[in-house]
Amino acid sequence: MNAASGGYRRRPLNWRGGLAVGAFLVLWELLVRFKVPGIATVPGPIESLVVFWNKYATQAAYWQSWLASFRRVLLGFVFAQLLGIPLGLLLGTRDRFRELVFPVIELLRPIPPLAWVPLSILFWPTHEFSIVFITFIGAFFIITINVFDGVRAIRREHIWLARSLGASEARIFRRIVLPSVLPAIGVGMTLGMAVTWNVVIAAEMIAGDNGLGRLTWEGYVSHTSTVVIIGMVSIGIAGYLSVLVISWLERRLAPWRD
Amino acid sequence: MSELTSPSSGHIRVDGVSKRFAQADGGGTVALEDCSFTVEPGKLTVLMGPSGCGKSTLAYLLAGYLDLDVGRVTIDGVPVQGSGPDRMLVFQETALWPWMSVVENVMFGPLARGVMSRQDARREALELLAQFGLGGFGERYPKHLSGGMKRRAELAQALINRPKVMILDEPLRGLDVMTRELMQEYYMQLFERTHCTTLFITSELEEAIFLADRLLFMSPAPGRIIETMEVDLPHPRGFETMETARYLEIKRRATDVLNQSGAFQEV
Repeated sequence: MNAASGGYRRRPLNWRGGLAVGAFLVLWELLVRFKVPGIATVPGPIESLVVFWNKYATQAAYWQSWLASFRRVLLGFVFAQLLGIPLGLLLGTRDRFRELVFPVIELLRPIPPLAWVPLSILFWPTHEFSIVFITFIGAFFIITINVFDGVRAIRREHIWLARSLGASEARIFRRIVLPSVLPAIGVGMTLGMAVTWNVVIAAEMIAGDNGLGRLTWEGYVSHTSTVVIIGMVSIGIAGYLSVLVISWLERRLAPWRD
Repeated sequence: MSELTSPSSGHIRVDGVSKRFAQADGGGTVALEDCSFTVEPGKLTVLMGPSGCGKSTLAYLLAGYLDLDVGRVTIDGVPVQGSGPDRMLVFQETALWPWMSVVENVMFGPLARGVMSRQDARREALELLAQFGLGGFGERYPKHLSGGMKRRAELAQALINRPKVMILDEPLRGLDVMTRELMQEYYMQLFERTHCTTLFITSELEEAIFLADRLLFMSPAPGRIIETMEVDLPHPRGFETMETARYLEIKRRATDVLNQSGAFQEV
């Protein structure tokens, strides 16, 4: 298969990364075993794994926590992309629209997503809606600004050349502007996904009645530190898997960058 | 390949052209001032000038990417208004679209204007690429091509549209010395086959003399033409041309022009 036919090449396994994760777990276990000050009260990875295997691996409630968090992340993230990508494209390509709308975005953008929690709880009819909305906020401004910057970074020569060759504005948008912006969309999605997980966990701790954030918080409240560790590691794995999906999607959409 | 262009068309006339760029602080930069020259059809005219003298601005005006402030630019008597496939510009930096394969880059123009079916455009693009020594690279992405190959792909991308005029804005800048010399000879051979009216912009004197039928010298900014020199070296030209007494004589005269004008003092 030639390089330009859109073929997807599987990347070789990153054994160094696996080794680093293994080394981290070994170091963590050793620090706990040797009761290094500050770490002594933290459960080690083996103890956490044993508790996980005996109590959580087969527990439906645990996996429902995963599902609940993933559903919120997915909903908030997808809505953010659906609104943020067209908005970023409009901001980047329409001067009047940018002059009108950009100041509002710049005013709202610095507000941390968690600062929206009280208003969100008041505004939306259920906590579920509130959490999804806050998750949406976490990804929305990131993708909007990334797409906007992506449009502004398009090389003028690429547009000029297409115009010289007689392309219509619609064709230029479809064949030149959109592919030019795809890498920026990929970056925006990756950053947005990371923030989305941060936000959903915090929102679940504040307002949720299930989810990985809630699980972690309940571990803290009940002084069950193994549960806190299981929650944290679960969140880490969930976030990592989400970013892997985004990276895969990015490579499929922009194979020329590989 | 000669059917790709019409050597009898593409008479460029630039009359008293000035161009000023406004700046955010209210000031401005005058890039060109009272710039006038002609490019004869079927000839290769080389424009030389120091960095920042407005060479690229002039190329963009001819291509229709910028509007004139003062003056007039015509091609075959028709004023230039906006860009079009009759004037193809090869930029300093490659402008191949990295997300399209090389053949898709080349066939974009005929497809965009609807003058060829996809099948015909693809067949002609592949034929053209083969003629340009890129036969096996049509399905690759531009990033898989070397600097010289990208330049050749861009020439194919331009010539498939049968332009009246080719404008090459320092197309060999940034290439290593060996590739640059090979590309000079390559473009010379291409021109001798097509006789496509060409305005070739460069700041390299030896490259300019080797390629030119006529040399235009530009002043430092604001740019204007300060000297025109006919180059009557016989065709076909090869690297051996650069060792002839006539070439050396032209080079000496061109160097005198540059020294007297002070055009290259800041280079």
